This record gives sequence, structure tokens and C-alpha cells, in this order.
Amino acid sequence: MSLTLQNVTRIVDGEYHLDDVNLMLEPGSFNVLLGRTLAGKTSLMRLMAGLDKPSEGRVLMNGVDVTGVPVQQRNISMVYQQFINYPNWTVFENIASPLRLAKVAEPEIKKRVKETAEMLHIEQFLERRPLELSGGQQQRTAMARALVKDASLILFDEPLVNLDYKLREELRQEIRELLKARNSIAVYASTEPNEALALGGKTTLLHEGKVIQHGSSSEVYRYPVNVDAAELFSEPPINLIRGFVSDTEVTFDSTVHFPLNQDIRGLKPGDYYFGMRPSHIGLVPHNDDDLEVSVRVELAEISGSETFMHVKNEHFNLVLQLSGVHEYHTDTPIKVYLPTHKLFVFGLDGQMLQAPGRLYQGGYHG
Amino acid sequence: MTATINKPARFSGVNSGAKRKVDTQLRRKLGISAYILFVLVPIYWLLNMSFKSNEEILGGLSLWPQNFTLDNYAVIFSDPSWYMGYVNSMTYVSLNVIITLLVALPAAYAFSRYKFTGDKHLFFWLLTNRMAPPAVFLLPFFQLYSSVGLFDTHLAVALAHCLFNVPLAVWILEGFMSGVPREIDETAYIDGYSFHKFFLKIFLPLIRSGIGVTAFFCFMFSWVELLLARTLTSVEAKPIAAIMTRTVGATGIDWGVLAAAGVLTIIPGLLVIWFVRNHVAKGFALGRV
Repeated sequence: MSLTLQNVTRIVDGEYHLDDVNLMLEPGSFNVLLGRTLAGKTSLMRLMAGLDKPSEGRVLMNGVDVTGVPVQQRNISMVYQQFINYPNWTVFENIASPLRLAKVAEPEIKKRVKETAEMLHIEQFLERRPLELSGGQQQRTAMARALVKDASLILFDEPLVNLDYKLREELRQEIRELLKARNSIAVYASTEPNEALALGGKTTLLHEGKVIQHGSSSEVYRYPVNVDAAELFSEPPINLIRGFVSDTEVTFDSTVHFPLNQDIRGLKPGDYYFGMRPSHIGLVPHNDDDLEVSVRVELAEISGSETFMHVKNEHFNLVLQLSGVHEYHTDTPIKVYLPTHKLFVFGLDGQMLQAPGRLYQGGYHG
Repeated sequence: MTATINKPARFSGVNSGAKRKVDTQLRRKLGISAYILFVLVPIYWLLNMSFKSNEEILGGLSLWPQNFTLDNYAVIFSDPSWYMGYVNSMTYVSLNVIITLLVALPAAYAFSRYKFTGDKHLFFWLLTNRMAPPAVFLLPFFQLYSSVGLFDTHLAVALAHCLFNVPLAVWILEGFMSGVPREIDETAYIDGYSFHKFFLKIFLPLIRSGIGVTAFFCFMFSWVELLLARTLTSVEAKPIAAIMTRTVGATGIDWGVLAAAGVLTIIPGLLVIWFVRNHVAKGFALGRV
């Protein structure tokens, strides 16, 4: 089963929720739909599901136009961000519900519900009602209902957002495992770049109703097509510095210079945006030609076992991602080292011209 | 309970705190008892009268029946002109509740789930239907029902009461329905339910307390309403409340029978409210809690 969206646009009350989306999802693929809040992730999933109709464009399932086909006839399943179950039915009946409607024989229903419940570790709660369970178990019930039937398209709309951190990691892993054996298309909406990377598969970047990039997750991460894609797929967001390239050297913000190295020698003289991943900037030099910049600490926020450090001087405003917990007082003067070898280069229009490492793999073309 | 009350006193080591607490509790209990007594006195008096003979009622003050009698009740249960009043009232009240729910359930669903032109205005307009006193509609209803041959039927009263009950029912049900996440509807469709099957098998059970409360409010209005019910009926569908207001016979007022009728009129209300007692508060807030 493949799913194709052709020029899909959805306009609600004069506002573009989706703008000319073209997408082709392959059978058995796991696709992460990455985008900020209001980027159109849910709109897109509802169109894929058939819950909404596109204002323009077509949705094809296996080459067959299903644009106007109601959701009941589409053989899909969906897991929502909220824990959606039928509160007045037992967990067993909840999971069995799609099978009941498909007129599956009773012994077969029992068997499949039991199997699915076991996969999701909720087999001991089958006789309870969803609201008597914890949040994680409720979401597992919803997932079991989605997985119990052989849906050709399974949609996960930020299913783990309302769960705590530990549970999220655990369930994320399970989702991936459970879907490996299937030939159905899975679509997983998320706002977190790390989640997309952890899930692997493919990533579709959605920005203000438009698909800006689609490809395997690592490919999209390494080679964002433009500034939006780079910002979207980086947490904290990628650092952008405007710079000038001359025949011999690069100047950042008319203050810091470094000679053109082999990575970016192909650039024509002119103005560019240079992107640096927060994790690539260090407090100690990693390379001889790292660029030393004096800055002051603005804020050091600790996230898990990492520290996001915001630093600035009169020219730069940078974010560093450091492993380990670092405590700095505001306004502490420090030196940071910018990697001249790991620069993303974007044209002034935002298009990516150069990503670190690309030269060694295929050469620069632009 | 006792543990939480004792604890602070024990920690403070002073007994006066605990004593003051007991005092406030006592005072609170006294206040509530006095209020309940005050409210219940008329009902007790009605019950008291219903077990007395007319001579005793008119004879002087007695706090309980001196010559306990069930004669008054016997009159009501043996005289068709009395007990048919109950039958008539029950008939049009049930009819009204059924019609109201059948109309209001789909309407409330539409208001809670769909956006359509003028939905907010229409929703508010529904409530304004309740702002006119029933007396306003006496004449049109009377004339209309007389000319189409509905006069003096149970259906006439039931339909007339719908004018007031349907808006209220839509408002209450809409509140309860909006409390059910829309995603449940969609999940059902995704599972393969058709709309009708979903509505009957999943949605209605989810809002059954709301339906109960709505039925209760419709009952309450329809059972108590006198003006329309009396005007639109003459013999065949005459409600009990109307019969109770016309009991001045040649021998004067039959106090005991009237009291017994009053007691019997309270009982259905008591029964109905017993079933929805846990949900009534939510109903008064139109389901929006």
C-alpha cells in the first residue's frame, strides 16, 4: 500500500492550513512528520485519514483516488495525543471494537485482542475500564486498538506528548518495534527533532503548511534543504551568522576572519548565512583552525544531562549544546570556539548551498 | 474524619481549639436542622392533613392525626375523576419527555459538533423561547389546537410544553455532549462505525447521565405547569393539578382529599429526582461543569 498526496491544499476560513503538499509514502515505511505547533501536522494527518477533505488536490491509495472516500471505508487507524478510548467499555471491548465491526469470529477476536494486549503489556487490565488506568496504560489501549486491525495506514498524532519522559522513551521504542514487522504505512507527528531521529525511518519537515523536505531522517538531518529545515530539525535551533566570503577568507559579521578552507572553497565571493549546530561549538578548541570568540554568558539552562548555553557579544548571539551539567553565572566572560569545518552555508534566500561533509561525498554543486 | 479533627488539637496541646471546633460544628448542625424543619413543615402539614377527616382538620390544631384514616386516599383511588387526573398528567408528561428528547438529541449534537451559519445566534434564540411566560402562548395554542382537533388531547399539552422544554433540553444536552471529546466520534468512524451506529451504541451511553438530567428537567416543568395544561384540556386529558384546583363542591372544600391528592402529586417528583440526584447539579449548570 502506498499513499500519495497530489497538490493537496486545505483552506479553512480563508486560511491556508496546508499549501500544495506533494508527498509519496512507501509501503511499510515509517514516516515522522516533524513540524512546530500549527505547522499543519494534524491537518495533514486528518486528510490522510479521510476525516477532512482537501480543498484542492487528490489523495491516492495504491494509485486509487480515495479523496472523497469516507473514513469508514479506508482501513486506517489513528492514535491521538489525548488518550481516546470509549470510557464506558472495558479495555477488551475497546481493543476488540474494530474487529467486531469487521465481523471477525469471536474466538479470533479473543485471540487477536490477547496478542495485541500482550505486545503492549496491558493484558492484565483487559477487564478494567480505560479511566481506571494510568495515562500510559490508556495510551497503550488506544494503540492496541489501532494495531489490532491490519490497517494499511496507521497515524500517530503526537501520541506521547502527554506522557512522562521515561514512559515516552519506552513507548517510542515499542512503537518502532511493533511496526517493523508490518507492511502498513506509519505516520508519526512530532514537534521534537530528537524524537524523529530516535524513531529513524523517514522524516517529512512541515513548515507553515508546506512540506519543505522529505527523506530518510538522517539524510534530512545532515542535509537540510534550507534555513527553515535546518532550524526545524535542530534542538536547540541552529545558530545562524551572516558572513562575507572573499577570494581568500570568510568574515563573520565584519569582525571575525578566517581563511577559506577546503570545505567551502567552492563558494563564490559574496554574502551568505553560515549555520552552526549548537553541539558543534565548544568551550575548548577541537581543531587547530577553530575560531576563538570572546562572549559573555547570558543563560545556562540545564536539560537532562546537557546544558544549553546562550552566549552573546555585540556581534553574535549563539547557543551551545554542551554535554554534562555546567553552571555559569550570567555575564561571565568566556571563550567559545566555532568550528570552521562544520559549517552549513545558506544563500541569502535561505537555500542550502553547502553542508559539512558533503564535499567528500559527492562534491559541491550550486 | 475524627482523626483529622483531633490532630491539630493534639499538636497544639490546648483543648480550647478543639472545643471551639465542636461549638462551630454544633451551631452549623443546629442551623441546618432549623432550616430543614422550616422547609419541611408545610409538607408535613400536608401529610398530616391527608390522614385526618374533614371534621378534625376544621376542628382545631392537632400536630398529628388523632383519628388516623386512609379514607381520603381511598376516595382518590376509587373515583375515576380523581385518579384519571394522575393518568392524564403522567401520559402527557411522558409523551413530552419522549418528544423533547427525540428532537433535542440530534439538535444538541449538531450544535456541539458542527459549525454552521448562524449557529451561535440560533443557539441563543432557543433560550429566548423560555423568556416569555406561558400565558403569552395560551391564546394561539388554544385556537390552533381547537381548529386542528387537538384540543383536550394528551398530545396537545405535550406539544405545547415542548416549546419550553426543547430549548432547555438542547442547552443541557449540548453541555454534556461537548464534554465528550470529538476524537471519540472520529475514533469510532475510524473503527468503522457508521454515524447511526456510533450515536446509538457509543455516544448515547456516554451521555446517559445528561439524558437522565434532561428528562428530569422536562418532567419538572411539565408536571408542575398548570396554565397551559388546564387551558388546553377539558375532560379527556385533564391533569391532576387542574383537578386539585376545582374541588369546591356543594359541601364546601374537601380538605382531606385535597391534601391526599397533594401528597400523591409530590411522589412522582420524589421518585424521579432520586434517580438523577447525583447529576442534577451538573444539569443546573446546563452540563457545563
